[in-house]
Amino acid sequence: MQSGNKRLDYLLVMGLISFLILPWYRVEGGFFAFEWLSNFLSSSDLAPGILQMFVEGRSWLVLALAFFLLGAGARFVSDADKRGKLMVIAGGLGIVYMTMQGLAISFTGWAWTFMDNNFGMLATGQPAMGAGAIVLSLVFVLFIAFGFAERGVMKGDAFVVGSISVLIFLVTVFIFYPIGSMFVGSFQDFDGSFKPDGFFENMQDPSIWSLNCVVGAGRCGVAWRTLTLAVMTGIGSTVLGLAFALVATRTNFPFKKGLRLLTVLPIITPPFVIGLALTLLFGRSGVVTEALDFLFGIEPSRWLYGLTGIWIAQVLSFTPISFLVLIGVVEGVSPSMEEASQTLRADRWRTFWKVSLPLMKPGLANAFLIGFIESMADFGNPLVLGGSHGVLSTEIFFAVVGSQIDPSRAAVLAIVLLSFTLTAFLAQRLWLSGKNFATVTGKGDSGQHAGLPKSLSISVYGIVIPWMGFTLVVYGMIIFGGFVKTWGLDNSLTLEHYARAFSVDFEDGAFVWTGVAWNSFWTTMEIALISAPLTAAVGLLTAYIIVRQTFAGKNAFEFALMMSFAIPGTVIGISYIMAFNLPPLEMTGSALILVACFVFRNMPVGVRGGVAAMSQIDKSLDEASLTLKANSARTLRKVILPLLRPAITAALVYSFVRAITSISAVIFLVSAEYNMATSYIVGLVENGEYGIAIAYSSMLIFVMITVITVFQLLVGERRLRRENRVSGLIKSRKFRMSQEKTA
Amino acid sequence: MTTLKSGSVVFENVRKDFGTFTAIPDLSLTIEPGNLVTLLGPSGCGKTTTLRMLAGLEHPTSGKILIGGKDVTMLPAHERDVSMVFQSYALFPHMNAVDNVAYGLESSGFKKKEARERAEDGLVQVGLEGMGHRLPAELSGGQQQRVAVARALVLEPQVLLLDEPLSNLDARLRRKVRTDIRELQQRLGFTAVYVTHDQDEALAVSDRIVVMKDGKIAQSDTPQNLYDEPVSAFIADFMGEANVISCEVIEQAGDLATINVGGLQHKLTSKRAKVGQAKLAVRPGAVTLDPDTDTGLGGEILTTAYLGDHVEYEVETPVGNFFVIDHAVERFLSPKTTVSIGFRNRGLALIDA
Repeated sequence: MQSGNKRLDYLLVMGLISFLILPWYRVEGGFFAFEWLSNFLSSSDLAPGILQMFVEGRSWLVLALAFFLLGAGARFVSDADKRGKLMVIAGGLGIVYMTMQGLAISFTGWAWTFMDNNFGMLATGQPAMGAGAIVLSLVFVLFIAFGFAERGVMKGDAFVVGSISVLIFLVTVFIFYPIGSMFVGSFQDFDGSFKPDGFFENMQDPSIWSLNCVVGAGRCGVAWRTLTLAVMTGIGSTVLGLAFALVATRTNFPFKKGLRLLTVLPIITPPFVIGLALTLLFGRSGVVTEALDFLFGIEPSRWLYGLTGIWIAQVLSFTPISFLVLIGVVEGVSPSMEEASQTLRADRWRTFWKVSLPLMKPGLANAFLIGFIESMADFGNPLVLGGSHGVLSTEIFFAVVGSQIDPSRAAVLAIVLLSFTLTAFLAQRLWLSGKNFATVTGKGDSGQHAGLPKSLSISVYGIVIPWMGFTLVVYGMIIFGGFVKTWGLDNSLTLEHYARAFSVDFEDGAFVWTGVAWNSFWTTMEIALISAPLTAAVGLLTAYIIVRQTFAGKNAFEFALMMSFAIPGTVIGISYIMAFNLPPLEMTGSALILVACFVFRNMPVGVRGGVAAMSQIDKSLDEASLTLKANSARTLRKVILPLLRPAITAALVYSFVRAITSISAVIFLVSAEYNMATSYIVGLVENGEYGIAIAYSSMLIFVMITVITVFQLLVGERRLRRENRVSGLIKSRKFRMSQEKTA
Repeated sequence: MTTLKSGSVVFENVRKDFGTFTAIPDLSLTIEPGNLVTLLGPSGCGKTTTLRMLAGLEHPTSGKILIGGKDVTMLPAHERDVSMVFQSYALFPHMNAVDNVAYGLESSGFKKKEARERAEDGLVQVGLEGMGHRLPAELSGGQQQRVAVARALVLEPQVLLLDEPLSNLDARLRRKVRTDIRELQQRLGFTAVYVTHDQDEALAVSDRIVVMKDGKIAQSDTPQNLYDEPVSAFIADFMGEANVISCEVIEQAGDLATINVGGLQHKLTSKRAKVGQAKLAVRPGAVTLDPDTDTGLGGEILTTAYLGDHVEYEVETPVGNFFVIDHAVERFLSPKTTVSIGFRNRGLALIDA
């Protein structure tokens, strides 16, 4: 019980600090500014818990202290079983009570009116939780974890039980609580009172559900339009992706390396940039539009601004992702199957239709569903190209920032969107899991893939080559567009946009960042740099637990984590502002909410990479470490992490890049103080300042290419060195950057 | 690392379930300090599970485990005074030999310098002086194995656990390494629990062998007793091959029993025989074949296989088929030859029916 006492002592010290020193409630100026240190005993807002309950009249906090002392009592119990039980009970009661009081008591008193009637008015309310309250909640969670560990759960490994508990706690607070608040929000009025009318009114709103385009006159509801668009995008990107995959693996196409480069594009391209480039080509004053007008007298029209335009932009954006998925599928079809088919008198055409394609079917379905989910979640392209023909994700945005602010409507739309994507996600997980025929067995399969039938290879080339050209033109536009004075009106070249965005002056012996973009650029870098290591840490810890530990509810745990991937960014954004705008947790307008959003949105990729990498490390290495007197924390630090270095680097790069490019959730969460590059660019686009917007976008792409290249070189070097150091023991496979990418 | 404190091991009514599957129903076992005890059995018999429970890598569903008289049942692996040599060696690929050996010492709180010195000593003990800077990948299989042993031994555990330590070595090396392990164990006098499915290995290294089947102990004895006096057909067949045939015990006088096998009368030592029907285990080498007479038990040769230093025969008789190993290679009998069967004095045992 030595170690048990030691960790309990740490916990008790933490608890005491939370009551005696840390400000119990949220500090207005920000906790990490440490201004509260100067007068935290005198000011009522900054007082620690112990003063809050006895001096400031927030007597309900006494119960939290009581539960803490109950847990502290475990220090004096020697029987492990009873001691563990006491800790679990104290922790459980504590965390439930902290949640209840946080939700029930708001700024001015009871949060819900019925409580005024039942319990009488409260003399004073409470602001949002601050450092003290949060640390104490964590102490309660750890009480539960250590209590279970003492009772022998997870072989008595306190580190593992602690990690699992804290992860569950974090996921609950940052994923389930916001989504739950959003559901509640859909039944509430703006001032928080219960008003179900809004919900039912919106749920039956014809502008969401109308089928007029099919059965009558007029336009269909936004839900159907979004669904149609998603299906079309899914089909489009799957077909193109398959064509690319076939060219890359089954033909003698000379530029295969170039094709592979394509897979990097979606990672480094901010989601609205494609839409932006399309407007430069096909918009009212686009190059192509004007050329057609000039040559053939075709009237410029606004056809691009609508579902067609969004569809083109989305297919351009998501084809590379589908290509990445399908390359594995096409390569995974065992060549001996195709050879067997050919020896059975089937020609290439028959082999392709009857053997290869059916074997790829589950992979194709998977690619379709990924395209579907991506399209649903996409926010950037519809925002730039949608005009008045919005889709769900943009409608949600306009429901909270537009002329009529209607949070209930936003919540309802978000629920509709969420149910679409979750259905697709569930279909992908439940229906497709285990249906993959195209598996690489690890046995040397020395056969050769069958060539494509002639007619098919011609049509595949016919699709791929023009589309590649189109992609090149689109990306060329992004680079070129930044140097053109006013698109369509004055096509002279200029550096003016770059100068306005990124000028630096030298004044009084110091650099002054005078460009308009610098502010958001540095904020973006700062937040990306903070969130990347956190994302990697949380993701890899989760991966360690999923791969190396077994516990009841592990599948549910994994599923819940992965599910957060299927939640569109817009839904996360709207749910975060609904959840974290009011006590008990208030974070809107801070950098913290952006960091939290990035960590929990990008974590699943880290998890996936970590799981893949960790499955390749022999489990007996961990066990050897355990029998060599190292506990699991030391094992993780000394054995597993050093072997996972490539996966860690990949997770770091990925979360860094994603923090820079993402827009959908961010646009809800930015504030004047913390504005991100993407939302700043979208603002520029809305004001019609295309030049600067494009210049800024190409700068971002340039920065990300630099970052990725540098990391790739570092990892590549390390891989080589390790390869010849430990060849044969670990096969370090390069971690694929992303299979899915949500907007 | 000159002398180690060796501890006893006690399993008291240990049960281990994996979900609905019961790997070990009820195991009780005592291992004396300073002994090398082998857990032997076919795959899936629960021997590795038993070892892993001793290491703390699995925890028993019920029952108690004591090491050196101390109850360790719920103690996690890193708090137990045992160490383990893994089948795959599990050397950390990113650390060189010395760092691997020093890892456990540093985990136990030794200062870096002392841990290193002890680790170097440990490598000397296993004959790897001057190889400390090499990475596992730069060592041969046998050397890796010795690093793994050194890594476990420098912790001076009460009990050393070895999980099929020879299975990744080639046949020739295997013989040398098993002698080395036995020699080291004798010299340092530690308690060792050794898991293997190879009976030759078990016979060669053990003070005592525990044969397991379906999670239960089938027989626990010294190597010699186990080979000479198997208690069941399973043991007889598992510890070197055996022909199991029906016989009749005609007379039992002191340690000497007279049996009748299909007309052939034979005397053998047995403490457990009772007059009446019984089963007899006959080692393939204990059968004699005489083509010239036709007294006693007659038979006909079915198949033959010439293997250089011996010949294998399958012989059909009225009491069943015999598998016979004959070292008289100069006299090669062809199929269809009729022979008369006899038994040698050693290599026969009466077993539980």
